[in-house]
Amino acid sequence: MKIYYLPSHEYIKVDGDTGFVGISEYAAKQLGAVTYVDMPEEGDEVVAGEEFGAVESRKAASDLFSPVSGEVVEINEELADNPKLINNAPLDAWIIKVKISNPSELDDLMDKAAYTEFCESQH
Amino acid sequence: MSNPHRYLPHTEEDIKLMLDKCGAKTLDDLYADVPASLRLSKPYALPKAMSEPELYRFFGDIASDNREMAIFAGAGFYHHYTPAAIPAILSRSEFLTAYTPYQPEISQGTLQYIFEYQSMMCELTGMDVSNASMYDGATATAEAMIMAVNAARRKNRILMSATVAPEIQQVAATYAAGAGIKLDIIPENNGTTSKQAFEEMMSNGDVAGVIVSSPNYYGIIEDYSGYADVCHNNKALFIMNCHAATLATLKSPDEWGADIACGEAQSLGMPLNYGGPYLGYLCCKQQLMRKLPGRIVGATVDAEGRRSFVLTLQAREQHIRRQKATSNICSNQGMMTLHAAMYLSLMGTEGMKKVNRLSFEAAHALAAQLTATGKCNLKYADKPFLNEFVVEFIASTNTDNVLKALANENILGGVKLSDSTMLIAATEMCSPDDIARYVSIVKSL
Amino acid sequence: MNKKLYSPLIFELSHKGRNADALPHYEYSKDPIENLQQNLLRQADLTLPEVDEPTVVRHYTNSSNNNFGVDTGFYPLGSCTMKYNPKVNEAMVSHAKIANLHPAQPINTMQGALRLYHSLEKYLAEIGGMAEFTLNPFAGAHGEYTGLMVIRAYHQSRGDSARTRVIVPDSAHGTNPASAAMAGYEIVEVKSLSDGTINVDDLRSKLDNSIAAVMMTNPNTVGMFEKAIPTIADLVHSAGALLYYDGANLNPLLGVARPGDMGFDVMHINLHKTFSTPHGGGGPGAGPVGVRKGLEEFLPNPRVVENNDGSFDIHYSEGAFGRVSAWLGNFSVYIKALAYILTLGGEGLAKVGPLATLNANYIMHSLKDLYELPISGPCKHEFVFDGLRDKSTGVTTLHVAKALLDYGFHAPTIYFPLLFHESLMIEPTETETPETLDAFIEVMREIALKASAEPDKIKSAPYSTPISHPDEDEAALNPIVTYRQLCNNTI
Repeated sequence: MKIYYLPSHEYIKVDGDTGFVGISEYAAKQLGAVTYVDMPEEGDEVVAGEEFGAVESRKAASDLFSPVSGEVVEINEELADNPKLINNAPLDAWIIKVKISNPSELDDLMDKAAYTEFCESQH
Repeated sequence: MSNPHRYLPHTEEDIKLMLDKCGAKTLDDLYADVPASLRLSKPYALPKAMSEPELYRFFGDIASDNREMAIFAGAGFYHHYTPAAIPAILSRSEFLTAYTPYQPEISQGTLQYIFEYQSMMCELTGMDVSNASMYDGATATAEAMIMAVNAARRKNRILMSATVAPEIQQVAATYAAGAGIKLDIIPENNGTTSKQAFEEMMSNGDVAGVIVSSPNYYGIIEDYSGYADVCHNNKALFIMNCHAATLATLKSPDEWGADIACGEAQSLGMPLNYGGPYLGYLCCKQQLMRKLPGRIVGATVDAEGRRSFVLTLQAREQHIRRQKATSNICSNQGMMTLHAAMYLSLMGTEGMKKVNRLSFEAAHALAAQLTATGKCNLKYADKPFLNEFVVEFIASTNTDNVLKALANENILGGVKLSDSTMLIAATEMCSPDDIARYVSIVKSL
Repeated sequence: MNKKLYSPLIFELSHKGRNADALPHYEYSKDPIENLQQNLLRQADLTLPEVDEPTVVRHYTNSSNNNFGVDTGFYPLGSCTMKYNPKVNEAMVSHAKIANLHPAQPINTMQGALRLYHSLEKYLAEIGGMAEFTLNPFAGAHGEYTGLMVIRAYHQSRGDSARTRVIVPDSAHGTNPASAAMAGYEIVEVKSLSDGTINVDDLRSKLDNSIAAVMMTNPNTVGMFEKAIPTIADLVHSAGALLYYDGANLNPLLGVARPGDMGFDVMHINLHKTFSTPHGGGGPGAGPVGVRKGLEEFLPNPRVVENNDGSFDIHYSEGAFGRVSAWLGNFSVYIKALAYILTLGGEGLAKVGPLATLNANYIMHSLKDLYELPISGPCKHEFVFDGLRDKSTGVTTLHVAKALLDYGFHAPTIYFPLLFHESLMIEPTETETPETLDAFIEVMREIALKASAEPDKIKSAPYSTPISHPDEDEAALNPIVTYRQLCNNTI
């Protein structure tokens, strides 16, 4: 699956017209132990660049922005009981599964190489 | 500077040595960055300093211009007995002069009593979670309204019964205006919420939450059977505003099916203090926990496995979430939660039931004797009440006359609702003699 | 004292059948409460502690020993103004005899209480340089909300509905943006310069006719005076917006300057900071709100007004934006603040600001060789270190704060403001003696030196507190917030 990133550190892994959205390893590390994930509901519409939820650690909270527009077809229920999965393996612990309505929006995102460079520039 | 004041310890010598350390010559040098045009141009027009004996005289004069009365007024604030042990503990400096418990290692005292308070409020209301308190019952209700809108997403209409106290309606309306919430009032029918109107107003499916009170403003214990179902069928939250002390006897918000319980806890033996400080409580079901505003204390263990209490779920709060916080509330009513925890400990379940029973009996005795005078009737004679009721005066008697005649005998007779109606409350602080005096004055009119 | 015996939760000291109520045994009538309809009565179990009075008193007395207050020791908590809470203030609350006064009492029986309210209002107006105050808001954040609603009502009264946004500096207290959001405003953040003051160019570029207000503290949250305030006030006013003063940092201005004279239109004061009323572990506080001339009519109801004959009355203004409290707010707190003002008098109050500033500068100069001082120049009531200068040891601001607890000092405010990674914010207040400051300085220096020599020792502190290193992640992950929930767990 091809992966893209937003500057706000969300990723989307793309499989056909389905995208798995989560937060990057870099973001998970910055945030520390995740204690709660505020997720939308199935059937909600998300819009590229707009907020769809938040991840919380004990003393920080970070809003989640959607890399693409589309319908939330599934949320990762496992995160409700075990939000630490995000720290263990952020790229496996997707938060929402989105049916991508406008694949051209992916062109505006960073690919893996560009994102790696972006993170390095943040130091 | 002349001699140090007892709160300002610095001697001239101290100041000189300290300024040296700072590389400054005068205290003014430390304000070199304040433009001269902004500096205080003349001394404060404030009184001269008073000694402690003078202070006693000043506040003694204040006291002599207030009159303590036998209190038969309620309208949300009730004169219950304050056990002497409470002010004794409340005056302990370790509690009184502490800040918000951000450093749990040296704040276990505060954190533990907040945890106890949360536990007791959850017992009373039947809810799963309580915060560490709100300012008062009115702001707690306004915050409950905001919680419902936040929980509903995409719906911003709230219904509130007309039988909720007018001050609470006004505070909620103020908060609603700020937050862009559409607050509609469910009309009343003979002193109780119109269920028919409620059901009609729910029919659009656009309501996020419904707020009712128990006992209501007129003291009536309303029957809210079926309300929760209608709310839940329409994906709205059912919010109950209850006087905390009555919950030992009256059906709890949980038993009525409420999702949020809120209100005033002053009735837990807190002094009337001419309006405050009182205590707002706000409790909810587990699934709403993260929408709850304010501080919450949780239990955990420390590095050595000792039970410890800490502020938790802080990511909801303003110091982390800023404009996206569940509320702007920072401090709450700290010492009043200690008061509530102590009161409920001293009273226990039996004591709480007893205070409800005494208040019930006092109010029912007064109601019966007043109507027997022939000067008034019970306005809602067919409605059950606990310790507060509305009378309607007959013929030439009116509210102002009655209140005035009683005030002349140092009795605060009640709260005027109209020229002919008055809201009267009784508690265990009204002795049978007080009641007899009250009745004989009304009889003589 | 046997700590173990009374330290558990009060629920765990419960013994079936005990009771400590002090209620009377009146016989009123034969109308029993059981006559109420069954379906209105509680059927659910109610588990409250069943305890005797001595047990309750010992439990809470023991529990108080696990707390640290201003009366215990030095409390240099930045931004919180933890000054001494005079004992006579508390004595005056009972002496003024307000405990048994009901809000519904006739005005003519309440003249003392209303005079008290009105006097404090007047004195605060003099100190703030404002026309009028309301005392009704319950706390600082509640005052901010009230002030913003005043501003909203002002714009609305002019038919100006386009102002939907409020500007807040990035260094502001979290309550500023949160209060503005509650008042229905969008937040626009303005950047700080490297010295912590507002970037005036950034502010200028963001001011337009969509801005309702600009919220500021002065001195700001890093303890620096905003020198550009006259320019800022002009810019804000010419854009048609109002300037809001967050009074959290008013203390250093006592005797020096007044927000009203700086061009602020609306302000709040934290009585529990500048005016010495106790914080009570988080309340009750009070957040009176003052306005300049021309904005009085928008203040919330009810209002206390003075009649021509010198008597006092309650008034409801048509122009008021609404109501923020059921009655007149946390009344007993006003007595304490008024007692404080009267004890110091105008002359004494005027010394408060300079001495608070002197104490802060003294500590700053005594520690800046070991702690990183990101902003130089005289601070006001508080200042911020960006952690230790020696960053090689891994000892952070959190470790320094916890290590202080072992020496009997409260920790400074940490990780606020957000401008620096290792913020350590110190505010000593004016009521501390140089001896206390010296003792604190010595300990801070010792910690800094130990941090370099034995970093692991500092990292494991505190050692002497009732608990150490509570697992806060676990508390957030699996919240246990009541005794009932605790019983189902093994803590």
